[in-house]
Amino acid sequence: MPVSVPASTQIYRGLKAAGVRIVSALPETWLVHLIRMVEDDPEMTLVRLAKEEEGVGISTGAHLAGVPSAMLMQNHGFLAAINGIVSCGQLYRIPLLMLISQRGSFGEKDPWQTEGGGVTEHVLDALRIPFDRLDSPEHVEKRIAKAQTLAHSASRPVALLLYRDLMWED
Amino acid sequence: MQRVAAIQAIHPELERSVVVTIMGAVAAELQSIGHRPNFFYLQHAMGLASSVGLGIALSRPKLPVVVLDGDGSLLMNLGGLTTLARYRPRNLVHVVFDNESLLSVGGFPTATSTGSDLAAIAHGAGVPRTATVRTVAEFRAAFLAAQGASELTTLVAKVEAVGPAAYVTDLTLLENRFQFARHLKERLPKE
Repeated sequence: MPVSVPASTQIYRGLKAAGVRIVSALPETWLVHLIRMVEDDPEMTLVRLAKEEEGVGISTGAHLAGVPSAMLMQNHGFLAAINGIVSCGQLYRIPLLMLISQRGSFGEKDPWQTEGGGVTEHVLDALRIPFDRLDSPEHVEKRIAKAQTLAHSASRPVALLLYRDLMWED
Repeated sequence: MQRVAAIQAIHPELERSVVVTIMGAVAAELQSIGHRPNFFYLQHAMGLASSVGLGIALSRPKLPVVVLDGDGSLLMNLGGLTTLARYRPRNLVHVVFDNESLLSVGGFPTATSTGSDLAAIAHGAGVPRTATVRTVAEFRAAFLAAQGASELTTLVAKVEAVGPAAYVTDLTLLENRFQFARHLKERLPKE
């Protein structure tokens, strides 16, 4: 499977350095290594979800309890989680750190992924959620740290989009 | 049984737990009986109260957590029951007030009015302790047993479809949210 292990490792390290201790996730191809790394780390708790919106609740509970967390999901999972993001994360000013695999961008071979890629950034804009791209190894850890910093200083959800150029070794 | 009477019956026991409620009647009735800084009212995001409770319970395994859920909310996040059951935190009691309707929007009947059994669904999802109760006395006894059980419990309380006259209270959402987070922070050294 050509999912990048070095990129997954960098993201994992970035989360760890940001103090993230609880990670909720719904498996998707690009996230398999990352999810395994979280699961193998005794200092982290992986919460496997049935649907991504639950992750908003998990991260909200973790934040209120004082534990930094992150959400791993595909962009279609983000689309499925929007009501929770708006009516829990935004309404209650929760610093959600959302890592979203940006499927359906240039290079995508799976026809079923191609709609989501076209709308994800527009939806993030419409929701006024600050986001940045992770598309190159040199800025991964730095951008995760910066995203986490803004999430907490603003007390709002933020997103990082994981792009194909970073995650997939064609 | 009336839900407000059921909440009244367990109100003293909620002092030592942290409590997450759903929106609407449950939040308004609990506040009418007496708000405390360890109560958080999720006034939207229907379905996620149990997920918020799970997030707290996993973050703070020594902290007793009570979720006051409802049939309409739980039906919006049935998958969350499988997540609760997968991690089955020993410090979580999941109460579901089942009035078989979406009361606050005018009484639209939910699927529990046509036979869906939330305790059976929770049991099928893998929640280790489940029960359905119909009187205040049964409810109080089952709640106390759940608090003492050290095992994840989903307790379904069948209640009448009656609620408070008003749903908006003078406790603002963010005041409640920050007060609750501060309470959890101050409580940490005692755990």
